[in-house]
Amino acid sequence: MVNRPACLPARETDTQPGRLGFPMFVQQLINGLTTGSAYALIALGYTMIYGILGLINFAQGELYMCGAFVAVLLLATGQVGLVGAFLAGMLAAALLGVALERVAFRPLRGSHPLVPLLSAIGASIFLQSLALLLFGPSDRPFPVQLEFRTVEVAGLPVSSLQGLILLTALGFMALLLVFVRYTRYGKAIIACALDRDTARLMGINVDRMVALTFLVGSALSGAAGILMAMYYNATYPRMGLLPGLKAFSAAILGGVGNIPGAIVGGLLLGVAESLGAAYLSSGYKDAVAFVILILVLLLRPQGILRGKGH
Amino acid sequence: MLTLKSVQAGYGRLVVLKGVSLHVRAGEVVTLIGGNGAGKSTLLKAVCGLVPVRRGAVEFAGEDLTRLPAERIVSLGLALVPEGRRVFSSLSVAANLELGAFHRRDRQQVRRDLEELMGRFPILRERASQPAGTLSGGEQQILAIARALMSRPRLLMLDEPSMGLAPKMLAQVYDILAELKRSGTTLLLVEQNARAALKLADRGYVLETGRIILQGTAAELQEDPEVQRAYLGKGYREVWE
Ligand SMILES: Nc1ncnc2c1ncn2[C@@H]1O[C@H](COP(=O)(O)OP(=O)(O)OP(=O)(O)O)[C@@H](O)[C@H]1O
Ligand SMILES: [Mg+2]
Repeated sequence: MVNRPACLPARETDTQPGRLGFPMFVQQLINGLTTGSAYALIALGYTMIYGILGLINFAQGELYMCGAFVAVLLLATGQVGLVGAFLAGMLAAALLGVALERVAFRPLRGSHPLVPLLSAIGASIFLQSLALLLFGPSDRPFPVQLEFRTVEVAGLPVSSLQGLILLTALGFMALLLVFVRYTRYGKAIIACALDRDTARLMGINVDRMVALTFLVGSALSGAAGILMAMYYNATYPRMGLLPGLKAFSAAILGGVGNIPGAIVGGLLLGVAESLGAAYLSSGYKDAVAFVILILVLLLRPQGILRGKGH
Repeated sequence: MLTLKSVQAGYGRLVVLKGVSLHVRAGEVVTLIGGNGAGKSTLLKAVCGLVPVRRGAVEFAGEDLTRLPAERIVSLGLALVPEGRRVFSSLSVAANLELGAFHRRDRQQVRRDLEELMGRFPILRERASQPAGTLSGGEQQILAIARALMSRPRLLMLDEPSMGLAPKMLAQVYDILAELKRSGTTLLLVEQNARAALKLADRGYVLETGRIILQGTAAELQEDPEVQRAYLGKGYREVWE
């Protein structure tokens, strides 16, 4: 992260190239999976929205930021518990996503594909500026002190915070897959993504399914924002920018429109970034994601998994 | 049951249907015959609300469908098996069938209907968990029909169900339609190849460049020299000698 505050425990860059043993490799792997799980959650939003509307919602990173701010502000009041604040943050991001679709995308349906793209970038800039105006530019620490115990898993040190983040994120991904594959509305969303007219013939209201997709995708981005606000102990208006772009790369890597692809792409990207930082130079960390994006676009533009898989 | 009154419809500037009137009575099997680009699919889409009706009116069972959005049509008892089957290819066969009943609230009965249809079409039970896109063309056609039946339609419209089917599969699909006819389902059957359709139908219409040029009972149409030449594949000599 560019804006990572100095007070942070240096988790990912404290390795010296040259004395990287197997435990260090595993540590980097776990670091990568942790940030990668956040990329995956955001990438799911990109990919689901692309699947049903054929557009990239570049304001996805701002939904991540919105989730984090709402949770952090609620926690700071001292009146709300961690779980309550987490759910409220997700809900806020979800509702913001639905509102965004209403005002920034729905009126533009049927126009040239570049138009909603510009609208999304505009929405992204607007939301960042709004957050800047409301909350100021400085970082906010996570209001709840989380235990930084290190537990041994199979002889390897894992921070309990990382374990919690990883398990929560994977849990949400599993829930999403269950929703998409086994519920009526999940299948209806896939049907709209595959063939809108035929879905309408089944009595499926496409507008409602688009709204539902924004609701679910934005809630996941919000969850990612809260998890990363815990991890980096920092919440600030531009926090969604880089994760948003990296998750976009992850979605492309996994095959945009493909749901399992977004998960695989996000995790892979996180790991590649973390290993790249450790074995090359930590300065290249942010570059890794974009090098991967360029390579994928050049070599395999359809992504690892092709088509609208689910 | 279904009535079209001088319906005009098209895409953008293109006017495809230039005032089409036709009707289908309850319990009837009506076929609509026409060549490539005549506007047959456009007519079915106009009925379903997928293509807006510009002039004229569409009525179904006393309801005015003219301005109704497509997703509201199915709950009135009208189902379309679209041209080219259009199964949801990456969803399982079972999921396709369930989506056919998406608008229905009677969950218990939906499950019973699913069981019944799978009993009637064993291939669908066999492949229930397989992606629909992996079925053969004929199997997909059966799935598309079964999916439409899951909505419990009073009127079933089919757009060229015989398209691209080998003779054996074609016979099987028409057996299904004959059975539906016996059970009292009203059918509007669009075909390019009129032979099988006229055999099954009670009445028929011939559509050419957006206009009905001929109508009558199936027997009358089968005897009509123009129909024989253009749609039954008989040569001039065969007809005129
Ligand atoms: N989505 C569309 N946009 C523009 N024009 C269309 C569209 N769909 C069909 N058309 C045009 O409308 C006319 C009628 O098409 P339609 O599909 O209704 O014919 P059809 O009778 O079903 O033909 P076929 O037997 O080949 O299926 C054609 O000239 C076609 O090019
Ligand atoms: Mg057609």
